[in-house]
Amino acid sequence: MSSQDLLLYDEEFEKIRQALQRLLEDASAKLVFLVDKNGQQIAAVGDLSSLDTTSLASLTAGNVAATDGLARLIGEKEFTILFHEGEKDNIHISIVARRVILVVIFDDRASLGLVRLRVRRATAELEAVFAEIGRKVESRKADARAAQENPFSEITDDDIDRLFSE
Amino acid sequence: MTFINYAAREINCKIVYYGPGLGGKTTNLQHVYDKTSPGARGRLISLATDTDRTLFFDFLPLEVGEIRGFKARFHLYTVPGQVFYDASRKLILRGVDGVIFVADSQDSRMEANAESIRNLDRNLKEQGYDISKIPYVLQFNKRDLSTAVPVDEMYRRLNIKGEPTFEAVATNGRGVFDTLKASAKLILTDLRKK
Repeated sequence: MSSQDLLLYDEEFEKIRQALQRLLEDASAKLVFLVDKNGQQIAAVGDLSSLDTTSLASLTAGNVAATDGLARLIGEKEFTILFHEGEKDNIHISIVARRVILVVIFDDRASLGLVRLRVRRATAELEAVFAEIGRKVESRKADARAAQENPFSEITDDDIDRLFSE
Repeated sequence: MTFINYAAREINCKIVYYGPGLGGKTTNLQHVYDKTSPGARGRLISLATDTDRTLFFDFLPLEVGEIRGFKARFHLYTVPGQVFYDASRKLILRGVDGVIFVADSQDSRMEANAESIRNLDRNLKEQGYDISKIPYVLQFNKRDLSTAVPVDEMYRRLNIKGEPTFEAVATNGRGVFDTLKASAKLILTDLRKK
């Protein structure tokens, strides 16, 4: 795996989900989700039925990437928070651990102040989980090197040809 | 950047369609969308101008089946081809796993093709990738046009490292899936080596 690859194991996935669930309840939000900076959705909680979260993830990442570009143009390192205000729903976007994006969608049951406050707490929790993931990936990589294992080293050409075969 | 989710048993990979303006990148994506069953694909997002020129990117998530117990998902992106959108192109290349270069076969577009490949090379370098190492597939699109340059001449001018090369007519779908499958195969083969 290259050092940029993101690996997620059950234990940390559950911790992430719990942190998002707590944020959802504490901030009275409608939907909370976490996306990596390349647009891959990591986890989501809340009312998911009415929303296309895959598209949401990709557009959020595009939005953050464009804003990062703007920041650098004017000499800023990054804008850490983006906020979009709508008639009914609002979107609060922030960066966690420099590599993932936390998105909170909320309506008038919550306020921007409350969301910001709760996001700050959730961010600290999530940063701890991502630090743990980083440590785990490094140690497993060392183990895998020692044991010469990679779950995908066994992929055969037939396996690949079977994809798209419908 | 491949995203492997052991909890959900998914592999997510990102493929970017690159190439000069009006070369058929979006048309490739549109055909994949049209020919894939609704259960295997998400919505096709297109951030385009009023005249259908890609402004930022098109995006299509695709689920292609299971491999070793993991669901394989490919996220397909196109870049805006027009020269002045270079900042957007750089952003979209972030975290890319494989690139498909869509070349326009018309004689008048050969210089634009070559310039776009140089631009790709530069932009990949900026993101820390090496075009000679990244999974890379070449497509000669618009083979149906009378002004199309012969395939062997295009190959000589545009093929940079012996990469898999396909003839295509994206408007009727010819060659579109062959190109995509070749790219997916290179990416997964790459994963095996890591």
